[in-house]
Amino acid sequence: METLQLLRTLSEARGPSGLERAATDVIADLWQPFVDSIAVDRLGSLVATKNGSGTAPRPRLMLSAHCDEIALMVTDVVEANGFGFLRVTAVGGVDIRHLYSQRVVVHGREDIPGVLASLPTRLLPEDRRSGAYGFEDLMVDVGLSAESTRNLIRIGDFVTFDQHLVELVNGRVAGKALDNRASVAAVTICLEQLHGRAHVWDVLAVASSQEETRLLGAATSAYRLQPDAAVALDVSYATSYNAKDSINVELGSGPMIDQCINIHPGINKALIDAAKALEIKFTHVGYGGNSGTDAQYIQIARAGIPTGLLSIPQRYMHTMVETVDIKDVERTGRLLAEFVVRLSADFIDTISAEMLEA
Amino acid sequence: MNALLKQLTEVNGVSGDEKAVRLLLRDLIKDHVDDYWADAVGNLIALKKGTGESDLRVMVDAHMDEIGLVVKSDGSDGTLEFDKLGGIDNRTLSGKVVHIGKDKIPGVIGLKPVHQSSIRERSAVPSDLRIDIGANKKEEINGKVKISDHVAFVSSYTELGPTAIGKAFDDRAGCAAIVELLRGERYPFDLYAAFTVQEETGMAGALVASYRVKPDVAVVLECTPAYDLPNEKDVSANTKLGAGPCIYVMDNRTMHDPRLVKHVMESAEKHHIPFQIRQPGGGGTNAGKIQQAHIAVPVVTVGLPGRHAHTPNGMISLDDYKNYVKLADAALRELTRDTITRNS
Amino acid sequence: MEALTKKLVEAFGPCGFEDEVRDLIREEVAPYADEIEVDQMGNLYALKRGDGSGLKVAIAAHMDEIGLIATHITEEGFVRFTNLGFIIPHTLMGARVRFADGTLGVVSRDKARFVADMDKMPGVDQHFIDVGASSRDNCPVKIGTPGVIWQTMEVQGSRWIARCHDDRIGCVIGVEALKRLAETPHDVYFVFTVQEEVGTRGAATAANRIEPDVAIAVDVTPASDVIEGFPMQMKLGDGPGIKIKDMGMIAHQGLARLMQRRAEEAGIPYQPEVLLVGSTDARAMQIAGPGSAAGAISIPNRYTHTTSEVVDAADVENSVRLLVEILSKPIAL
Repeated sequence: METLQLLRTLSEARGPSGLERAATDVIADLWQPFVDSIAVDRLGSLVATKNGSGTAPRPRLMLSAHCDEIALMVTDVVEANGFGFLRVTAVGGVDIRHLYSQRVVVHGREDIPGVLASLPTRLLPEDRRSGAYGFEDLMVDVGLSAESTRNLIRIGDFVTFDQHLVELVNGRVAGKALDNRASVAAVTICLEQLHGRAHVWDVLAVASSQEETRLLGAATSAYRLQPDAAVALDVSYATSYNAKDSINVELGSGPMIDQCINIHPGINKALIDAAKALEIKFTHVGYGGNSGTDAQYIQIARAGIPTGLLSIPQRYMHTMVETVDIKDVERTGRLLAEFVVRLSADFIDTISAEMLEA
Repeated sequence: MNALLKQLTEVNGVSGDEKAVRLLLRDLIKDHVDDYWADAVGNLIALKKGTGESDLRVMVDAHMDEIGLVVKSDGSDGTLEFDKLGGIDNRTLSGKVVHIGKDKIPGVIGLKPVHQSSIRERSAVPSDLRIDIGANKKEEINGKVKISDHVAFVSSYTELGPTAIGKAFDDRAGCAAIVELLRGERYPFDLYAAFTVQEETGMAGALVASYRVKPDVAVVLECTPAYDLPNEKDVSANTKLGAGPCIYVMDNRTMHDPRLVKHVMESAEKHHIPFQIRQPGGGGTNAGKIQQAHIAVPVVTVGLPGRHAHTPNGMISLDDYKNYVKLADAALRELTRDTITRNS
Repeated sequence: MEALTKKLVEAFGPCGFEDEVRDLIREEVAPYADEIEVDQMGNLYALKRGDGSGLKVAIAAHMDEIGLIATHITEEGFVRFTNLGFIIPHTLMGARVRFADGTLGVVSRDKARFVADMDKMPGVDQHFIDVGASSRDNCPVKIGTPGVIWQTMEVQGSRWIARCHDDRIGCVIGVEALKRLAETPHDVYFVFTVQEEVGTRGAATAANRIEPDVAIAVDVTPASDVIEGFPMQMKLGDGPGIKIKDMGMIAHQGLARLMQRRAEEAGIPYQPEVLLVGSTDARAMQIAGPGSAAGAISIPNRYTHTTSEVVDAADVENSVRLLVEILSKPIAL
């Protein structure tokens, strides 16, 4: 599939944290042709296995890209003028400043479109008139009678953002859930590339659940699968007109290879070597503390798992207009495939020994 | 001069970059243990087999890492932006000398001269600090320093009579104590020494070490903040310098096992080792992660009181240190299965 | 259940010091459980075996309550203390304290005046406990001695008023469900956990030990049906809450739906719960080890984390019925 279409399919799938099934169904269809087995586990993560060519028991590499997206949840159904309105709360790190006047889909007994609304400033309580809206000011208007609303929607129903993928100039696209479906696309490209190439290691591709809320899918999958090594994929900050920081890199400058306390130096080096071998653009980024990605919990599963992290530069993270460069997604997929192909049977022994070498 | 403390506190090992400490400790213990290895996150774990009298598996933990900084920019204007690793008060940073990376490139953290600072700037906590290695532009930094290099404070170990001053007592003092334990006689049980990484940034090392070793009992040797400075109000100080090692009951992360707390107190009393109960409250040690890494592990922390925690210049009492090692050794030697058997 | 509740809410069991509560519960569950075990942190496990056709299910209720611990004895013999779990400082003035050794005390605060400073609320560290001592030397309480705020249980109509329904009422519901559970397809571990109030610590290790397929916490949730109460829908007496989301986790959607279906089938009133503050043991059990499908039954509780928490007897009864309903039937996720 062309990468643009791949991103469109993935971005428009609906998989809020905790209810990823619709998204994992889409991903399973995409991965199926390239893998030996595939299943959803009880916490909602999709796990696909592609067997390696080495002699069994083969070492196993886990690739983890979370497939959940930030969303909202209904906390109350209230009535005015005979109509039903929904009070909502955040699922994951929703930036409330983006919500007013957004189109949404409420996943009630059926999918119901709605719009996020509020009173005009002059009708808000005096202490709420300046500053961004809060959840106490916002409500979803579904345009149905209070009775229909109550019949179709209950407290606890998920609400996702309704935004189609938009093509920008320069091979860039914008849409919802590209955090982290852009990485899922990269894993898809990797699996497709590996389809025609020999690799010694088994590859366990995981579309992990509930990253946005608590890194749940990565933690539990890593524990259950017990891989010998892992690479997590996520999006990271790209510079934009209103976001400049030393960690930010330009859109289109290739994947970021992250180094922080979650990362094993041996995996980090192997990722850099693979990027250099392919002569693709990449940025080596370093920072203090935890990455806040799947890598953080994979590293500490059981007795510890050597883990690396690739990030795709992205603008406007946690909005409905998350923006990535298609080339960066493709480069990340190719880099990942190259990394997998280059893994030797004794890779873990080598990087372990280096820990005690001066 | 305590050569072990000097050696261990002067080596650099900021959280996430503990390799130099790992290699030094390996050299210090390798002739005194039956096995050792580095694990997937960089912990150094050593096994000192027991005499066979007891079937307990006991783990003793001290963390190798120290607080410090990490380079996060490529220094396009010749100076380096950084992140903090571990809890560092910004007021600690200005006017300090640091060493960057494996090659220990020296750098300084300065401020605009006081003469040029406004009244308001003079009384504010400095922000937007940079490390200056003397480079005029990015090209002069290339090859010397790279993004993600770790940065340690520079401070030398100095003894001042009853006390010693230096960096990284938290927790190289614990590491030194474990080295001394490993160099002693065998214990009745197999003793696993876990020199762990990343305590200051979330205790990842202790968590996976505990999962791997699966001990029946764990003792954490820490360096515990002592706030026994002149203070008008008679409220909680955490510990006092010179009053002996401290025993933890409760902190933000752990309810230390009441049976082990009692056991350590009884060992201290029996051997006339002075000790103090670390006043309950904030803070935390590796004990919590060890306790909860997998199935429950009884844990206790024994701390060496250290003043001026999380600065380049901490201070300990050398008598406290001796008693700390003595207490850890005595409490371990007297540990039996009965210590952790529940009556109900 | 009223008698058992009284017994449990009047037992001493701050975080980390749950022994007295555990002994009482152990006595209750022993005749009904196939196996009983206590682990190294003090979690109590009562296993009711299934017929082999079902899942491994953990039901968690925490034994610990919020409490306090002595940090310092002043020269005048007053006890300084810190909290074990989240104490609301407003509840402290004039409260009575019972320490582990039986010593009673009364809480006051620094600079207390009859009228002045009513609008300022100092933190826990600016309070002290008067145990009747006159010096540091004759103070019976030592640094590190734990205590609780002391109150007896009272019953008025259908309302039960007590200092720690959170979460002794969950323990009562667990015990009672075990007693009433005649047959089950599942291996059900009733886990009475420790150290929930300081961060669901006992439940984490319990889940690592059991590795349950399904984990359900039984805990209280703030009832919002009071003057300008919590911004959520949870009424006292309208039935147990079935958790969908709280601050700590999103419940397994299949499990939450199944719990609601079981309630509807049996005609048990329930309230879907989206809680905007706090979390339960289910949070820890969901992510422990290989992970479990997690959910919670929440008992509406007014004035949670104060010295007088209020539950409704009907909610307690309906929680037991719901739990038995869920456990005696197959669980398909």
